[in-house]
Amino acid sequence: MGKRILIADDEANIVISLEFLMKREGFEVDIANDGEAALEAVNDATPDLILLDVMLPKMNGFEVCQQIRANPRWQGVKIIMLTAKGRDTEVAKGLGVGADAYMTKPFSTKDLVAQVKQLLGEGA
Amino acid sequence: MLQGWAIVLVSFAYLGVLFAIAYYGDKRADAGRSLIANPYIYALSLAVYATTWTFYGSVGRAAATGIGFLPIYLGPTLVVALWWYVMGKMLRISKAYRITSIADFIASRYGKSQLLGGLVTVIAVIGVIPYISLQLKAISNSFTILLHYPEIVMPAKAGALPFFQDSALYIAMILAAFTILFGTRHLDATERHEGLVAAIAFESLVKLLAFLAVGAFVTFGLYQGFGEIFQRAQEAPRLAALLTVANTGGSYGTWASLTLLSMLSLMCLPRQFQIAVVENVDESHLGKAIWVFPLYLFLINIFVLPIALAGLLHFPAGGVDADTFVLTLPMAEQRQTLALFAFIGGLSAGTGMVIVETIALSTMVCNDLVMPLLLRQRWLRLHQRRDLSGLLLAIRRWAITVILLLGYIYFRAAGEAYALVAIGLISFAAVAQFAPAMIGGMYWKGGTRAGAIAGLLAGFAVWAYTLLLPSFAKSGWLPLDFLTDGPFGIALLRPQELFGLTGLDEISHCLFWSMLANIGIYVGVSLTARPSVAETSQATLFVDVFRHAQGSERSRIWRGSASVQELLPLIGRFLGPERAHEAFLAYARSRGLQSLDQLRADADLVQFAETQLAGAIGGASAHVMVASVVQEEPLGLDEVMDILDEASQVRAYSRQLEQKSRELEAATAELRAANERLQELDRMKDDFMSTVTHELRTPLTSIRAFSEILLDDPELDVAERQRFMGIIVKETERLTRLINQMLDLAKIESGRAEWHTSELDLGEVIREAAEATSQLFRDKQVQLVLRLPQAVPCVVADRDRLMQVVINLLSNAVKFCPPHEGRVEVGLAADGDWLRVDVQDNGPGIDPADHEIIFEKFRQVGDTLTGKPQGTGLGLPISRQIIAHFGGRLWVESEPGKGATFSFVLPLGASAGAAEQHERTMAQAAR
Repeated sequence: MGKRILIADDEANIVISLEFLMKREGFEVDIANDGEAALEAVNDATPDLILLDVMLPKMNGFEVCQQIRANPRWQGVKIIMLTAKGRDTEVAKGLGVGADAYMTKPFSTKDLVAQVKQLLGEGA
Repeated sequence: MLQGWAIVLVSFAYLGVLFAIAYYGDKRADAGRSLIANPYIYALSLAVYATTWTFYGSVGRAAATGIGFLPIYLGPTLVVALWWYVMGKMLRISKAYRITSIADFIASRYGKSQLLGGLVTVIAVIGVIPYISLQLKAISNSFTILLHYPEIVMPAKAGALPFFQDSALYIAMILAAFTILFGTRHLDATERHEGLVAAIAFESLVKLLAFLAVGAFVTFGLYQGFGEIFQRAQEAPRLAALLTVANTGGSYGTWASLTLLSMLSLMCLPRQFQIAVVENVDESHLGKAIWVFPLYLFLINIFVLPIALAGLLHFPAGGVDADTFVLTLPMAEQRQTLALFAFIGGLSAGTGMVIVETIALSTMVCNDLVMPLLLRQRWLRLHQRRDLSGLLLAIRRWAITVILLLGYIYFRAAGEAYALVAIGLISFAAVAQFAPAMIGGMYWKGGTRAGAIAGLLAGFAVWAYTLLLPSFAKSGWLPLDFLTDGPFGIALLRPQELFGLTGLDEISHCLFWSMLANIGIYVGVSLTARPSVAETSQATLFVDVFRHAQGSERSRIWRGSASVQELLPLIGRFLGPERAHEAFLAYARSRGLQSLDQLRADADLVQFAETQLAGAIGGASAHVMVASVVQEEPLGLDEVMDILDEASQVRAYSRQLEQKSRELEAATAELRAANERLQELDRMKDDFMSTVTHELRTPLTSIRAFSEILLDDPELDVAERQRFMGIIVKETERLTRLINQMLDLAKIESGRAEWHTSELDLGEVIREAAEATSQLFRDKQVQLVLRLPQAVPCVVADRDRLMQVVINLLSNAVKFCPPHEGRVEVGLAADGDWLRVDVQDNGPGIDPADHEIIFEKFRQVGDTLTGKPQGTGLGLPISRQIIAHFGGRLWVESEPGKGATFSFVLPLGASAGAAEQHERTMAQAAR
């Protein structure tokens, strides 16, 4: 069975591109447009990996990440934080709250896919 | 057998030597090579303290009380330790203000008060005359005793002889003549007598050597040294008691009060003040005196007990007055030369005291008593006398004569009432009354004239009541029951057991009550009485002498006008025209002027003149005299204090400091605020950059992602490829729009935007904007209603910019309107001086908390339903800047769920032009 990936971002066009990329690699894709929706989605069907935007409405990516990490059920979920703010503090903060990787927008689609595959143990 | 004429001859020869020394001393002083510019001479002259009371009386007191004679010398020995502090200041004050006597000192301190000067003089004269009597008596007695050599016969009781046979009268007259010769040869502006001081120092040496000679003879000639005398005394039951320190309860108290009394009198006795302060030529001499003077006292006391004990052993039957042992012991041993030497020693002690004391008193009587009174007597026409120096000298000479005669009369009247020591102590207690006003005045600015007068009067009254009147009673001039039962039989008022105070000897009793009254009333009245300007300024000049004496403050606290033509004759009248002329010329030269004509009668000169005069007639009279020829403008207390008062200087200074520190604090606060503002700006810039970065990266992310997807996968189906390319184009447009708006805003904010202003019809602008956005309305099926009047007043503004604002508002409205049911209404109306535009939608509305936030850059308020709104987040900030540029205002009114109304107003007519004009000027200045 294919791995499940949750895309949490409020930029419609970015969601479209991510969805396309992930589906092309054979993953199942769920979409959430804000932080709360992202948590609901995780609760409904635990994904293997989340592409999590930081600047989300309602609840930002850091909080979502913390909440997921706080729940023992979701320890296995891999999280890649995505942000358009490229500052070092943001990266540190992201990794601090328990993200597995951190990617700055605009990202290279190849790198992103490679990162996702690596985290899911599928090899590059 | 010593012939009377031989004694007289030796005595006159001795006085002749003294006079020669004095004459030589004066000559040397005139030649500018002062004989007394020597600290040892100063220290020796201070020993004028040791009078016949010491020379003869100590032995007498020792014979009666053992070491009870010592406090009189312990006090001075202790007090010299304080001299560096107290006497140093007294010297500085006296030199700076040309103080001529202790009366002058106290009067000057309390506002140059003639009344106070007179009071001090009267107390001094009354207090000291018995002391002079004492000297006359001692000299006279010693002469009489020596006359009977080798027989030892006690002199007849005073007054027993007719006065023309009484040697004391002749001694008084000779001493008066001698004092006049010594002390009033000329009128010195500084009231200094260098020759006299040299002679006094010589006398101190003579009396010390004489006493030591007698002491050594008795101790080592008659006995085998101190040990044997004390041993013999120990064996005699009668004398053993003398060798213990104290055998009554009160004697410790007596010791303490006698020590205190002698401490005070060393500073307050007129002769001590004369020698220690007035005659001092160099303040640094004090340093030597501090140890030489106590050494002198030690030496002159070392043989007192041996002589007393030897005398008591030698004349066991009594009948020989212990006061005469110094003389009678050598006589009993047939030592003619030694006896004569002892007599000369006693003569030295007596004459030294009488001469200096009388000169000091005569100066006070003349300057502080007689002159002030004479100068008030208009009928004497003293003001018209050209030269008063002769009058001054005459007054002093008469004063000397009268004082000595009074001394003689007192001696005749009361000479036998008391032993020598008692009279001395009564004198001490009288002059000790000066101490509170004098010492208080040097260290306490709060002491006032009224306080000093009241304190002095009270102390003096208590002294007279508890010591003087009882001494009269004991002399038989007053009924004795006054002493035993109190006046009118009121026991509580018994003079020597006042208010039931018993257990003290009469001196301690007097000292206690008089000092209590004196100090208490001095302080009490000073604290309640308001001092005058003169008092306040004098108080400051005295207390802060080390700060003010050299400075120009004294002149600065005087304001008025005077002329040299008036001042010079005035000084001349008292000093003599020639001396005055010389003094003024010297003053002029010290100022670098060639002649008196160039001298200006400024405050400095007036001060100089007054100081010169003060040296001759005392500060109080000098002030009155100078004031009579100058027109003084009274200064207010505040003015004087501003100049003088340390407190106000310090206050002003600390006020300045406070002011400065407040300014500094304010500056610091401003700096901190500015710094915070800068940090805030920096943080905002940082945030802004971060936000801008975010806004730029977001479309770039889509563009890059889709470009790579398209690049990677050429096989993508056409529809998808078409869709992705559309996204790329849209995001590119978004990016472009964003960059344009950012640049636009940056230009407006920095004042570098270009404005093309013209008169325009806002209705037309709105119509055009509606036209431009009609496609948006159609796409979303939102209804647009324009409520525009036919004609509205024109505004002056940039047409394209206003169009930009209206389009922004319309497209925002559309964006938030619900599809299909959306409705946007635009209103336009003139409202007073303003033209108002309202754009109303029926969208979700905006929470009041967000009404201002939406005008901030990149701060969009999202619709929870539709997610992130479209747009750059810069439209409203730009619009607001544009409206503000034309002097108008843009705001929103809305409640959640009830739609939103964006409104702006623009000023009508001229004000817009003014704003424009202003803006152009600013823009040019910026370039």
